[in-house]
Amino acid sequence: MPGYTLPFEKPIIELEEKLKELESFSETQDIDVSLEIERMQEKIEETRRKVYSELTPWQKVQVARHPLRPYTSDYIEDIATDFVELHGDRLHADDRAIIGGMATIDSHRVMILGTQKGRDTKANLECNFGCAYPEGYRKALRLMKMANKFRIPIVTLIDTPGAFPGVESEERHIAEAIAVNLREMFTLSVPIIVAVIGEGGSGGALGIGVGDRILVLEHAYYSVISPEGCAAILWKDRAFADKASEALRLTANDLIEFGLADEVVPEPFGGAHANREEMSATLKKHLIKHLKAVSKISPDQLLQKRYEKFRAMGLFASGPEGKQKKPEPKAKEPETTQDEGESTQIPESEKQTKDKA
Amino acid sequence: MPFFGKRKYSTGKAKKRDIPDGMWLKCPACTEIIFKRELDAAFGVCPKCEHHFQIDRRMRISLLSEENSFQEWDTDLRSIDSLNFTGLEAYTTKLEENIKKTGEKDAVSCGEAMMGGHRIALGVMDFKFLGASMGSVVGEKITRMFERATEEKLPVLMSCTSGGARMYEGMLSLMQMAKTSGAIARHSQASLPYISLLTHPTMAGVMASFATLGDVIIAEPGALIGFAGARVIKETTQQDLPEGFQKAEFLLEHGLIDMVVPRNELKGEIVKLLDYMNGSSRDQGQ
Repeated sequence: MPGYTLPFEKPIIELEEKLKELESFSETQDIDVSLEIERMQEKIEETRRKVYSELTPWQKVQVARHPLRPYTSDYIEDIATDFVELHGDRLHADDRAIIGGMATIDSHRVMILGTQKGRDTKANLECNFGCAYPEGYRKALRLMKMANKFRIPIVTLIDTPGAFPGVESEERHIAEAIAVNLREMFTLSVPIIVAVIGEGGSGGALGIGVGDRILVLEHAYYSVISPEGCAAILWKDRAFADKASEALRLTANDLIEFGLADEVVPEPFGGAHANREEMSATLKKHLIKHLKAVSKISPDQLLQKRYEKFRAMGLFASGPEGKQKKPEPKAKEPETTQDEGESTQIPESEKQTKDKA
Repeated sequence: MPFFGKRKYSTGKAKKRDIPDGMWLKCPACTEIIFKRELDAAFGVCPKCEHHFQIDRRMRISLLSEENSFQEWDTDLRSIDSLNFTGLEAYTTKLEENIKKTGEKDAVSCGEAMMGGHRIALGVMDFKFLGASMGSVVGEKITRMFERATEEKLPVLMSCTSGGARMYEGMLSLMQMAKTSGAIARHSQASLPYISLLTHPTMAGVMASFATLGDVIIAEPGALIGFAGARVIKETTQQDLPEGFQKAEFLLEHGLIDMVVPRNELKGEIVKLLDYMNGSSRDQGQ
């Protein structure tokens, strides 16, 4: 993947180049180096494994932004069948930064929607680099309300640097569009499964992010502000984005630790972009698992649980000085009757809300 | 050397001081010198040009509610440094500084108050405390207020000002947007009125949650109100910003808020709204 090499992927790329040399050598010289080639391939795999198991938060941000990472439309293509795209907010425009429509995942009818990035300049101009205008959020709400009307579960996929900061955005009230979505998503009594598949950019991500299950891909991130933006404010220099990434606790595991997400969806070694097929299959499996579990809950219960889920988010102290209130450790889901397929949940030790008293 | 050049007068190193009570200060809008005590008596409205100064929560509470009627709820909640956040300055240091500076525990006070015969739930944000940024405590207090108001069938008046979510609390602060909006959904479903008052400045995460969810949205004149900061918009789009961009009057013109009301008329206007929206429970209020 020339041109898209992340700095920390260098060792892998170097080995891959050596492998190529070996291969061409074996072809031209007619000497059997198959053993060496095999060893080199093993070494590449090992290095990839090592690099990707030790990613720093800032490196994860870069993986989440990788231009070859699968996007919403890729997942819809891979996971769903019979996708019927629906357009427009019925008010102003059809924002290509949020796409959505009805689809079938295995036997599940769903309304699937998500923020959409573009892989090349033309596509990026069309979808505004994944930064939605107010009409995007209003289209999303229109589709979600329709899903509620027809009792179809909702799946939202999040991958955006943030809502679009622009004059037109403000003139059409981007803040209100997001706020209304937040409020209304607490009133839709069909299951909502949220998956952060790449960048979870602040309010622009949360605007389609209220649900009964929040899944986060292993190298995706979800943050209150971009690491660069945070660095510019708190370090007075955008170059400190790596430090800010660490401080913001924006990785998938951090979200689990603070009780803000339910499950980490593992990525193939080398990240989602290294093996789209495998990534799509894994995501599909997880979505179906949660769709099945959540579909068993009655609509009233569902709304109550969704409320309680977000109600418990936040950490603060209360009572006499020195004592601290912690949110309840995440309640075990009683309704998850035997999931099908292997359990890919992360270890219990990582899942518990760490007591940081 | 220019003979008639402007002579440079040295004004020395006279430090800009925080002028203590009872001193004079300069209005940034009309540049007139005004007496601080006179300004306070007018709830921070310049007597010369009617520029609206930012005011703290205690002054805001006395502006809006009947004297001594405000009873604060959940006063024991305090912010903690859950992320062990250290930028150039540690979050804990920032918190200590702001607690010391304001004498308050965090950026919002919520409680109940009487207003024109109505018993209401009143939340007031205070820009003096860390730019009224929303962390877990702010989100929790506002959520609790809406929950209690729903239970006790009270209308809510929320006086907003904020720079946005509190970065020091990372995603915990972002999720307060969802949490508060959820509580508002329930309050709204109970057919209870919610009036949102936007004061200078109200931005970002607070705007994209409870601030814009009022049945009626009122703004103070000249208040800066928006989602993204002007600098970010300029850098991203390379656009020139229109005249008066993100000012209260701009929002009114674009149909984003219901009204712009000067501070000295606020209470009267809000009581009138409450009379309509909360009419039936007025008599029970006393």
